[in-house]
Amino acid sequence: MSSVYSEIILDYYRHPRNKGTLDHPHIKAKDSNPLCGDIIEMQLELDGNDSVKDVRFNGQGCAISQASASMLTELVKGKKLDDVRSISKEEILSLIGGQLSAVRLKCALLSLKVLKTGVYTYLGSMSNSKEELSGL
Amino acid sequence: MIEGLDRYYREYNANVFRGVYQISEEATAAYETARKRIAELINAKDPSEIIFVRGTTEAINLVAHSWGRSNIGLGDSVMLTEMEHHSNIVPWQLLARDKGAQLKYVGISDEGRLLTEEFHGYLENGGVKLFAVTQVSNVLGTVNPVREMVREAHRYNCRVLVDAAQSVPHIAVDVQDLDCDFLAFSGHKMCGPTGIGVLYAKRDLLEKMEPYQGGGEMIREVHLYEASFKDPPFKFEAGTTDISGAIGLGVAVDYLSKVGLRNIRNHERDLTAYALDKLGKLKQMRIYGPADPDTRGGVISFNLADIHAHDMASLLDEDGIAVRSGHHCAQPLMERLGVAATTRASFYLYNTEGEIDRLVESLERAGRVFKI
Repeated sequence: MSSVYSEIILDYYRHPRNKGTLDHPHIKAKDSNPLCGDIIEMQLELDGNDSVKDVRFNGQGCAISQASASMLTELVKGKKLDDVRSISKEEILSLIGGQLSAVRLKCALLSLKVLKTGVYTYLGSMSNSKEELSGL
Repeated sequence: MIEGLDRYYREYNANVFRGVYQISEEATAAYETARKRIAELINAKDPSEIIFVRGTTEAINLVAHSWGRSNIGLGDSVMLTEMEHHSNIVPWQLLARDKGAQLKYVGISDEGRLLTEEFHGYLENGGVKLFAVTQVSNVLGTVNPVREMVREAHRYNCRVLVDAAQSVPHIAVDVQDLDCDFLAFSGHKMCGPTGIGVLYAKRDLLEKMEPYQGGGEMIREVHLYEASFKDPPFKFEAGTTDISGAIGLGVAVDYLSKVGLRNIRNHERDLTAYALDKLGKLKQMRIYGPADPDTRGGVISFNLADIHAHDMASLLDEDGIAVRSGHHCAQPLMERLGVAATTRASFYLYNTEGEIDRLVESLERAGRVFKI
């Protein structure tokens, strides 16, 4: 059985990378999954070229939500905001590996939803962001 | 139960009370027989004290609307407890907000029992018009001393609503012995269909209460600018009700009565004692609620080491074991316990000790996966 609880997931859950807060973030967003009670906050500091200079996540919840948030921080570091915008849910799911039920998908994708909400808010383009968020 | 539903839809699918044709009369008879069976199950004085609703949630909302709006005013209080389900919190929040009333919460001990001194203190301070309390906690399993609390509350002219969603399916409940004013429960937790439930209320209260919803079959006469209403229970059953659901619930009640609520309770108590013992032996296991199986129902909430409840539920699901995980619609209680979520195993008449052994094996496997 391809359990989603791989060594990698457990490692990120127990030893999260980039967990905490930034002193001067340009982007901050937070959301929760009411079903599970998972909470994720993402903070991004940008350089002059709108690239991600530093990133942190904070929160609590299941291994899937916390590990995927930590993996996402590593993925976005150094990326341009436009590239952050285009991160797909498939990328996150391939990082996690294993099979997820529809309910647990919400756990896995919460951090991406939070990140994109923050980026869209920052870019002032909430109006055309709703459509892309609705798939998460 | 399924055959009961099937027979209704295949053989006498008709509305109740309205038709003068044969199958409508059959439907009415079956619907009213179900009401009578339910009245007998909880020992109500009269079947007219049984109102069919969608479930416990609607029953409580009905009381908040029909009784609460006329009997709770500015400065009055509704007393609840920290272990209530959201369905026995939010309707009272809405009422309190509309009426300028206050909510008072009886706290719980670390073992998950109500703090009776707080209960007495609120009553003595005055102004408490209603005490709404669960008979059995859906998270902790605690069986609350409802009978004694009703007697005490009545000394202060405080009415009592009992959330019996976790008690009527599992223990013998006698509303005349409890002497509660309102009692609510759901069909789907007692081998019945979803979408059907019951509000019991004392006849004299029902007679004075305003209707909940207006519509067909709850009226005596309707004119352009006014209407008069039927007697209870029909006054509170507007529109076409869940006829098949009520009939199905009646069949479920027959089944539970045949098995015997005392037998069900004994079986669950034995399973709970067995499970508490087995689960308690696992390392890094934390079990919430009273330790004594004689004063708790058959739900066991737990957390194992740092495994989040949802991860635990997914891992148990891989072994074919269905448990509830999360806040169990009791977020204030989770806050009181200082946890984000718990996993909950619950037992009923069909569960066995062998299944608890499988649960323990699966928990051990989860422990290995998470390397605790």
